[in-house]
Amino acid sequence: MSAPSTPASGFNFGANPPDDPEVRVSVEQASYAYSVTDRGAPKFALGPVTFEARRREIVAILGPNASGKSTLLKLLAGLYRPLSGFVRVDGFEASQLDPRERAQKIALVQQESALLFPLRVWEYVLQGRYPYGRRLRFESEEDCLLAANALAQVGAADLRDRWMEQLSGGEKQRVILARALAQQPSLLLLDEPTQHLDIGGKVELLRRLRKLADENRYTVIVVTHELNLAAEFSDRIVLLHGGKCHLSGAPSEVYRREILGPVFEAPLDVEISPSGRPRVRLRDGMGRDSG
Amino acid sequence: MQPLTPRRILGVCAILAGVLFLVVVLSLRLGAYPMSFRAIITTLYYGALGQTERIPTDFRLVIFGLRLPRIALGIAVGAALAVAGAGFQALLRNPLADPYVLGVSSGAALGAILSLVFAPHAVIAMQGAAFLGAAATIAAVYFLGRRGGQIESTTLLLSGIVAASFLSAIIMFLMTTLSGRDLRGMAFWLMGDLATPPQIPMGFLFVVTLAAVGAIYTTASDLNLILTGEQEARHLGVNVARVKLVVYLSASLLTGLAVSVSGAIGYVGLLVPHVIRMIFGSDYRILIPATALGGAIAIVLADTLARTIVAPTELPVGAMTALVGAPVFIYLLRRRVR
Repeated sequence: MSAPSTPASGFNFGANPPDDPEVRVSVEQASYAYSVTDRGAPKFALGPVTFEARRREIVAILGPNASGKSTLLKLLAGLYRPLSGFVRVDGFEASQLDPRERAQKIALVQQESALLFPLRVWEYVLQGRYPYGRRLRFESEEDCLLAANALAQVGAADLRDRWMEQLSGGEKQRVILARALAQQPSLLLLDEPTQHLDIGGKVELLRRLRKLADENRYTVIVVTHELNLAAEFSDRIVLLHGGKCHLSGAPSEVYRREILGPVFEAPLDVEISPSGRPRVRLRDGMGRDSG
Repeated sequence: MQPLTPRRILGVCAILAGVLFLVVVLSLRLGAYPMSFRAIITTLYYGALGQTERIPTDFRLVIFGLRLPRIALGIAVGAALAVAGAGFQALLRNPLADPYVLGVSSGAALGAILSLVFAPHAVIAMQGAAFLGAAATIAAVYFLGRRGGQIESTTLLLSGIVAASFLSAIIMFLMTTLSGRDLRGMAFWLMGDLATPPQIPMGFLFVVTLAAVGAIYTTASDLNLILTGEQEARHLGVNVARVKLVVYLSASLLTGLAVSVSGAIGYVGLLVPHVIRMIFGSDYRILIPATALGGAIAIVLADTLARTIVAPTELPVGAMTALVGAPVFIYLLRRRVR
């Protein structure tokens, strides 16, 4: 494994292909602060974060509430410009890309807003082709083919003609993912994608993401609260705490009792599952009242 | 999967243009001076060929002097108000948005009256002032309707209603300074009225209306995405701020222009986009042109009814649109609340 790409200067905003072509996302000393004013000191939302993500990798961003997970995700999506350091996707500074170019490289899946007017599933997925046309655009046959493929990739081909508001939580999540795939991005970002799913839906979604990363060379970065699922399916963990990057590395390096316990302020034990992955559980007897 | 094609849009527009033509012919037929359909068609035919000497003088006066200018005004105003409504609905992410309900028409009317009071003879001052009044009102209603950084549907509508009543109070105050003869005309104009010929050339009215509708149309693909969520649209590469600015300025211009020539005709911007959505779907690439034609049809029909229903007396066209629009607004509001 080669050394991480190190640019000559943190202020180089142009294309800067990484030394290792397998490295898709490189985040180096990236920080962000809200409401930076001349008078007051910047209020840091996220201290310097450094990590890399490669092709076919799933990276999970973990941390308690208000630890800076959403801010990091927005930095990765190029929606915020880092205060220091850089966030590069395929060698391009994410926040410097033109919005359409950015949408061709990075797809962000969030909890969707309520639809104002009814929409068919295929119409929704076709929206993912927007970055590839002129401002006022009509979808081509190729767009339809790619949208159909995206639906097939998430196992939702049969939902094509349904109305969006008729879908169950799990079905909707798959369709939203299909729209992101229709963008043909190299980086797929997901913000708590398992939030409204039952356990079966959660496992199914993460299996699918694993398959997409393995077979289609996507790099997937997921913000999640699901410690055990993250340990099971991800290659790398970025653990945030109090707006700082506490630790990043393989699940086995991050999932330690002395690390997770203080971060999540919970009595956690870590054990190794038969698959060789770490697993978190509440320490014995902590689920019951002591009285 | 059958995505929208330019061909389908043209087809829909051709059908609506056909309906508009029929409505126009019907409107030309009805009125105090009786004319047969045959006479109307012949008059229009010779008029189109420029052979006006072959048309009887009274026919020429009735058709080209009275009825057609009023219908043309109705077409421009209907298209402008309906597209402004569709634009405001996307801009504010609220299907109940309408220039009249949001108080934007009142803002435009106040602007127009202020220009009459302070610069009665300035060229297009009334249109400019009406545009500024509309733009200022929608900006005020937008900021009043926000709570915690989010636009809240009910707060927005209430802000619009309050803005409209506040602006109406100022208009009433200004009207007391006008003479008795102007007052009746002004009261009719405030209700929305097509009887008074506009002080600007009809060609100018049509060109500016077309330009503003065209400007909104260039953002149709972006509006489709903004309607599914602003955040999502941004992630998909839409320049949301630019789109909102284009729609804000164009819809305000359309409202200002329509109000300056015809007064505050209500509910067209609510009813027409709603009916078009039910028939042709909510894709803005088809909704904008279909709404423009639908608005023209609606106003020409409403005005025909307004001037024939209690003939020889005329009703203001705004009274007709409010008679239909207000109950539909209540129905839509209740359906949303449930």
